[in-house]
Amino acid sequence: MRLWKAWIVAAKDFGVVRKNKYIFYSLITMPLILGIAFPLMMMIMLAGAPFNTIMPILGLLNVLFAVMAAMLPTVIASYSFVGEKVERSLEPLLATPTTDGELLLGKCLAAFLPSMAATYIGAAAFVAVMDLWSYTNQGVIMLPNLNLALMVGLVAPLACILSVEANVIISSRVSDVRAAQQLGGVVALPIILVLMLGSLLGFMPADLLALVISCVLAIAAVALFYVSKTTFRREEILTRWK
Amino acid sequence: MIETENLTRKFGELTAVENLTLKVEEGEVFGFLGPNAAGKTTTVRMLCCLIAKTSGNARIGGFNVDDPEDCLKIRKMVGLLPGDVGLYDSLSAYKNLDFYGKLYEVSPERREEKIKQLLSLLGIWERRDHPVGTFSKGTKQKIAIARALIHDPELLFLDEPTANLDPEASKTVRDFVLDLKKEKRTIFINTHNLSEAERLCDRIGIIKTHLLTIGSPGSLAKGLHARKTVIQLQHANPKLLTAVEKLRPVKDAQMSDNKLILDMDDPEKDNPEVVRTIVEAGGSVQYVTELRSTLEDVYLKMIKETEDQ
Repeated sequence: MRLWKAWIVAAKDFGVVRKNKYIFYSLITMPLILGIAFPLMMMIMLAGAPFNTIMPILGLLNVLFAVMAAMLPTVIASYSFVGEKVERSLEPLLATPTTDGELLLGKCLAAFLPSMAATYIGAAAFVAVMDLWSYTNQGVIMLPNLNLALMVGLVAPLACILSVEANVIISSRVSDVRAAQQLGGVVALPIILVLMLGSLLGFMPADLLALVISCVLAIAAVALFYVSKTTFRREEILTRWK
Repeated sequence: MIETENLTRKFGELTAVENLTLKVEEGEVFGFLGPNAAGKTTTVRMLCCLIAKTSGNARIGGFNVDDPEDCLKIRKMVGLLPGDVGLYDSLSAYKNLDFYGKLYEVSPERREEKIKQLLSLLGIWERRDHPVGTFSKGTKQKIAIARALIHDPELLFLDEPTANLDPEASKTVRDFVLDLKKEKRTIFINTHNLSEAERLCDRIGIIKTHLLTIGSPGSLAKGLHARKTVIQLQHANPKLLTAVEKLRPVKDAQMSDNKLILDMDDPEKDNPEVVRTIVEAGGSVQYVTELRSTLEDVYLKMIKETEDQ
């Protein structure tokens, strides 16, 4: 597999995404909500609460960044092949001397990188807002802590990869952008459910839970990679298009 | 350049292409004529390694369409203009071509030079940075042709190159294809447009799931029925018909209104004698013309025959 070929496909998709206002605004809205609006809301709700009660709630907020990383690719990845179908650009693209793997990787990168960039921007904003608040009120810097580092550095990329893979597969099999997005959203749900339930139930320490979830996501991502590689057929993508 | 032997493609119960055997030589412009759903696009897709064949063989430039390694080589040597232009509307004309140039592994210097050359030739260079979505259908088609040529392919597949274009845009595209023909490129054109096929192609194949006939536009028309001489008379007279029927070169003669329609092997040689005979028999000849069957006649006859079967 030639990575540079995959990168050409990804770079073109970045250009298309940048010019598609719907996708672009979807990408920047969620980090702004989770990184700034959400912590501000929490501060208002928890005003006056003892500091040690804030920490478990903070753990829940950390999980949201992994959830965001699973949700954001549904917008881009579901558009990846369906977008090509809608623009009717699929046939000339598939006629180029690129392998199925290169196309697949290119489409995955195009969804993964902007989603992770948005996640990190949201996390950075979140850290800044929370630290400003904790330093002003308690004189301490709360973030980043180990749990946030695990969530953002490990769980979020894995959740994102899994979501991207699932969404690209769906996108290559349906012919309508809305159908792809709805199915993509449904696929992201189990990932979100695992992350939220794991944190809410609190049956094990949050850091250990992050590691366990990472292992589960990594195994699922590898399995899905093989599924996507074996099910991705340019002929099917072309002839299933109705 | 293109060689197929009993090439067949089925989609479930439906046979799209059946036992297609043909050869297209290097530098030849080959036209594929057929009604909708005749298997033209399926054939092109098989030859471009976009879809697999069900049975038979196909080779492009000596490479096998079955072999995944060969397929990459085939895709590199082939330029495709699909039925739908398929450009990225939000990207500029330049960026569209640049993207495909990269995928076809054209060096940056050559890419820049080639894009400039093609867009200038098609009269779009000044608007190279405009989003493709703002262009007319004809201009988009021109850009799509430029895309198919960005890597200087040895073989060009054009699927309905002038479909849905206005007459002016169609002419521009046709003239461009004629220029490519002068460069001795091998071109495979799928079309419904009979006059276009007649003007552009060295040879034509008529397909309706299977290949009905193949030959040069002239030989196909000739094959339908021989050339006929039409003599317009001032007044119809049965005596004139009897007189020409007696002439040895005349194989068949019919009178219709004021016209004598004659079937002869060598009209160039025999027409003067026929005219002389008519005049000597008291007839007045207004003019002499030739009746040829057209490609349209051949096409309609072939298609009708398959429908009747």
